[in-house]
Amino acid sequence: MLKTLGVALGAALLAGVGTLAQAASISGAGATFPAPVYAKWAEGYKAATGTNLNYQSIGSGGGIRQITANTVDFGATDKPLKPDDLAANNFVQFPTVIGGVVPVVNLPGIKAGQIKLTGAQIADIYRGVIKKWNDPLLVKTNPGVPLPNLPITVVHRSDGSGTTFIFTTFLASKAPRWASQVGANDAVAWPVGLGGKGNEGVAAFVKQTEGSIGYVEYAYAATNNLIYTQVQNKAGQFVSPTASAFAAAASGAKWQSAPGFYLLLIDQPGAASWPISGATFILLHKDQKNGKDVLKFFEWAYKNGDAAASSLSYVPLPAAVKDLIRKTAWSQVK
Amino acid sequence: MSDASISHAPPPRRTVARGALLSTLFEGLCFSAATALLAALSGLLIALFIGGWPAIKKFGFSFITTVTWNPVTEVYGAAGPIVGTLITSGLALLMALPVAAGVAFFLTELCPAPLRRPIGTAVELLAGIPSIVYGMWGLFIFAPLFAKWVERPLMAAAPPGSIWETLTLGIPNGSGILAASIILAIMILPFMAATLRDLLMTVPPAVRESAYGLGSTTSEVVMKVTLPYVRRGAIGAVMLGLGRALGETMAVTFIIGNSHDFPTSLFASGSTIASTIANEFTEATSDVHLAALIALGLVLFVITFAVLALARLLLGHQGDKA
Repeated sequence: MLKTLGVALGAALLAGVGTLAQAASISGAGATFPAPVYAKWAEGYKAATGTNLNYQSIGSGGGIRQITANTVDFGATDKPLKPDDLAANNFVQFPTVIGGVVPVVNLPGIKAGQIKLTGAQIADIYRGVIKKWNDPLLVKTNPGVPLPNLPITVVHRSDGSGTTFIFTTFLASKAPRWASQVGANDAVAWPVGLGGKGNEGVAAFVKQTEGSIGYVEYAYAATNNLIYTQVQNKAGQFVSPTASAFAAAASGAKWQSAPGFYLLLIDQPGAASWPISGATFILLHKDQKNGKDVLKFFEWAYKNGDAAASSLSYVPLPAAVKDLIRKTAWSQVK
Repeated sequence: MSDASISHAPPPRRTVARGALLSTLFEGLCFSAATALLAALSGLLIALFIGGWPAIKKFGFSFITTVTWNPVTEVYGAAGPIVGTLITSGLALLMALPVAAGVAFFLTELCPAPLRRPIGTAVELLAGIPSIVYGMWGLFIFAPLFAKWVERPLMAAAPPGSIWETLTLGIPNGSGILAASIILAIMILPFMAATLRDLLMTVPPAVRESAYGLGSTTSEVVMKVTLPYVRRGAIGAVMLGLGRALGETMAVTFIIGNSHDFPTSLFASGSTIASTIANEFTEATSDVHLAALIALGLVLFVITFAVLALARLLLGHQGDKA
């Protein structure tokens, strides 16, 4: 009986190995922010071509380490690598979808989009310099809005995150004091406030604390109907975070003059541009053995994946940017 | 089926040989299992040390004495998370211990027989709930209620200028050191209650019944007879609960407020070693940042090891006595 069992097991094992060898598959690892859209694309790609895509959302840092060590076919990161780092590792880098960061507030009687903030004001709030909602500086940009005499509770992300990187980069670009005292990174030494884990943690603290301000990913704010604020862009306009405002930021950006697509969509030109945007990126080696298979997947995604991305509140890349990526980045993969 | 018929009538000589072989195999297996565990433990310690070395080399002793934790300037000091870990675990233990003891006493001395099994099973089930569930419950259900019914009344009642005012400073939104400690207490409670109950069960019925026979009340039996009987073991159980509290990650991360500074009041934000690692590990791209997080892991390892070693010592004495 044992023998029969052994034979059966052996046969099952062999069969398993056989099926593994048959099915082609691509593996990727990295940023958590685009994981839902990559999963949805993978589903569609599998249905269309039969090729599996296995994406592990382990964080940008892990994604960069894994592709450097060649344990996956591509890495994904929210924080683009600088051209020097790309050259040192023989990497190709390109963006896939656009997202952004949205300030959210909890104030009695205030509706979404009612409050207008400049980058410098947000930086002063997050530095703990503007302490009350009825601060004269805030009243000046919000005439007619009933700003309450409430202390401002600052909420930030506690986990290292591309969202924090984009947000703090924006603050650093708008406020020299922020740049010199705090700086921009995935995680920073916050001068004030409390940290929530993930978008849901920040949103929960904001919801539970009257007079609070936090920041979350656009996709999270959009699907959960949070009370967002308007933010002033480079053209001096106050804009609301909408899909078209992110698309405007991506179209206005000068991708042609950004080697390795190292470009943060912070404070881009255009009257309709949302100032706190950012793309998420893919990394692969120029000379890895299945680089073409990886590109086939992203070619399929660029062609057929825009609707899926929009349905998840990501913003697809403009067609011109996709063409530029095909010409300048993908052509380097052997 | 054929196996069964063979074992019914085995030739005696072969049985001895087979028995000896099986016995050797069994001993070998047990030995390798035990040494594999030891090897894994020391491997882990060595890996943590090597991984954390760049940070240890760069910051030296100041790594555990400074409060600055700044990923931008790459200066890391773990004093905030270390203190946060010790405070939350200590508070959790203070809150959980009396309740756990009460549950254990009730189950062994007072509980009507039909209720004993359901309550016992419930305690064991509670011990098996994943910590992320406690975290989400803590953030979405517990925190708003805690803010409304505990934090705000306490803040309002604190006399101005007193120590109570200092202790209750902060944002009353249900997050912070005290809230995290309460969640931790709820998490370690079932574990400690179950261990204490099992310990109290080991008291021989003759001992307990003699005490009752001498006319002792239930509380006298518990305080003067059964508890002293298992005292050392009970301390060990408490230490194991503390060990769990020290390393608890997700539930605390959700609710503690995650500030790397020293917590200055019960309602202030803080952080623990485990929550800091969980927060920053995934996106730590720079080498020193990663090394600092691994070195944090080493510090936690040392703290937990000290606690468990203490427990081992106390449990060992209990074993001698039994």
